[in-house]
Amino acid sequence: MSIQTFMQHMVNGISLGSLYALLAIGYTMVYGILRLINFAHGDIFMIGTYIAFYGMTAFLLPWWAAFILALVLTAAFGIALERLAYRPLRRSPRISIMISAIGASFLIENLAIVLFGGRPKAFPIAPVFAKIFKFGGVSVVSIQLIIPVVTLIFLAILVYIVNHTKTGMAMRAVSKDYEAARLMGIDVDIIITFTFGMGSLLAAVGGVLWVLKYPQLTPLMGMMPGLKCFIAAVVGGIGSIKGAVVGGFILGLGEIMIVALLPSLTGFRDAFAFVLLIVILLVKPSGLMGKTTTEKV
Amino acid sequence: MKKNKKKNIMTLIALLLFIGFLAIADRIFDSYQMRIINLAGIYVTLGLGLNLINGFTGLFSLGHAGFMAVGAYTSAILTMSPELKEMNFFLKPIMPFLANVEWPFFPALIMAGLMAAIVGALIGAPVLRLNDDYLAIATLGFAEIIRVIFTNTQTLTNGALGLKGLPSFNNSFPYSFVYWSWGTAVVMIIGMVLLIKSSYGRAFKAIRENEIAAEAMGISLFKHKMMAFVIGSFMAGMGGALLGHLVGTIDPLMFRFLMTFNIVLIVVLGGIGSITGTVIGAVVVTVMLEVLRVLDGAMDFGFIQIQGIPGLRMVVFSALLMIVIIFYQRGLMGTNEFRWEWVTSPKKTLTNAWNNRKA
Repeated sequence: MSIQTFMQHMVNGISLGSLYALLAIGYTMVYGILRLINFAHGDIFMIGTYIAFYGMTAFLLPWWAAFILALVLTAAFGIALERLAYRPLRRSPRISIMISAIGASFLIENLAIVLFGGRPKAFPIAPVFAKIFKFGGVSVVSIQLIIPVVTLIFLAILVYIVNHTKTGMAMRAVSKDYEAARLMGIDVDIIITFTFGMGSLLAAVGGVLWVLKYPQLTPLMGMMPGLKCFIAAVVGGIGSIKGAVVGGFILGLGEIMIVALLPSLTGFRDAFAFVLLIVILLVKPSGLMGKTTTEKV
Repeated sequence: MKKNKKKNIMTLIALLLFIGFLAIADRIFDSYQMRIINLAGIYVTLGLGLNLINGFTGLFSLGHAGFMAVGAYTSAILTMSPELKEMNFFLKPIMPFLANVEWPFFPALIMAGLMAAIVGALIGAPVLRLNDDYLAIATLGFAEIIRVIFTNTQTLTNGALGLKGLPSFNNSFPYSFVYWSWGTAVVMIIGMVLLIKSSYGRAFKAIRENEIAAEAMGISLFKHKMMAFVIGSFMAGMGGALLGHLVGTIDPLMFRFLMTFNIVLIVVLGGIGSITGTVIGAVVVTVMLEVLRVLDGAMDFGFIQIQGIPGLRMVVFSALLMIVIIFYQRGLMGTNEFRWEWVTSPKKTLTNAWNNRKA
């Protein structure tokens, strides 16, 4: 393989990896605080893309306004979901909450099929995102450059919030010990709401970037990315934002490279994430950057 | 002692009545209604398998669809006639050693269960060390891997095209299909009751309640978890095989996560850790799904007509299930089982049972 084709694949891998990382952060944040696999995260992502789509086509908003609308409404949607489907079960066994999450995901998908129709829709792309640049022999579409940059910006904001603000400190406290945090006067409900809002907002950012890269919407589009990004979060060590980013990149680059280097395995592309997950879990059950926990007797 | 004997006789009578019901139903119901009855029976088998793993042993597994796929394909390939195989595998021929195999249904069904159990053992050995959330996601991953493998092994499974024309219940079986579907279900129910009442069953429950305490009491965690997982996979394999023959065609897309989710719902609705609950859950879910079909078609209330909205059925169904999950977390039965006392002195025992439903 020439260095040019390799670079081309790297560019593809990095932009896919950034998308995975954005979504994986949402999983990691929610899991860190609630110890809940938010199975509906992929569907929140899907809702975000549809809001952007209808904002542009039905309400004729300019693309940037539609995107901002999508971020705001998706965050609100995530918060509403937490209120309705997760909060009533906060004191229940873990399995009930997980089943509720799966049920919520199922409900959102079916609602989307009824509301938006089952047929795929084409996403209108502003020309800014489709410019093609040439660097030597490597051709890059502008969206492939925008994706990593946007990811980095949001990541920086998030890291700042978590590490340097009072809300962030409260979030860390809640994720460390829920009860103790409550005793110290932290309003746990507000922190959880905030976390869900942030996670859903990141899902919407990821969704908008995703449809700019792969411009097709279907009600079930969130399923596979959702699952894969959860895997990215687990591979990196769930609960750790750094880990989610690392996991996202490993998954994105790995997937592109497996298709590029071993074309005979193309059909197994979707299995790569799961094989990686199982290997990592067996070698390091808490993920690459996760903390090892010991069970107290 | 005398009381037990009386109960056994009552159970036997109930069973005979049920067989009688099936025999009559088989004659008077049309094929659509029989299909629902068959489906309910198959879901009983599938639900029991998952309940053994999730409900009784407390291992949250989401890989049921994968084992069903293994069973469905095993039985399909074994029972299809050589000509039928040739017709199906038109892109690439089937592996030569399978081309001329044609087994009767019963051994194929058992083989389907065994293959799924073997796959279950292979998967279980590494992943059963993981705990709840991680186990769920790892088993889900394995189910997806199985699906991807089946999509890509053209010479074994015909890939994404799937298999068509599986021997189905109206022509190829010595007895009507309902005896196969409910026969399997009844055998599984009896097997489950015996298993749960045995010392193994008590060990499973101990692991569910507290793993560390169970281990301290000398229960081998790995052995028992593995046992529950393998038996559950066996039942999933048989259920998958029956489902394949009922529907008549199988393809990898059938065994997506949605399939697992259906089974999880049956178990949750009935009550996690209750055999009776699973049976009720399976019947209720199957019937509900068909009853709600009305919503998809046009409705006529005399004075007002509503055009059908395709897909509304699934929305209502999933909304109902969310309500059950949130407001009736313990399911219909909790961990209670059916007891004859409910019939002989219903007032006291039934209210007791309802209040004692345990999460």
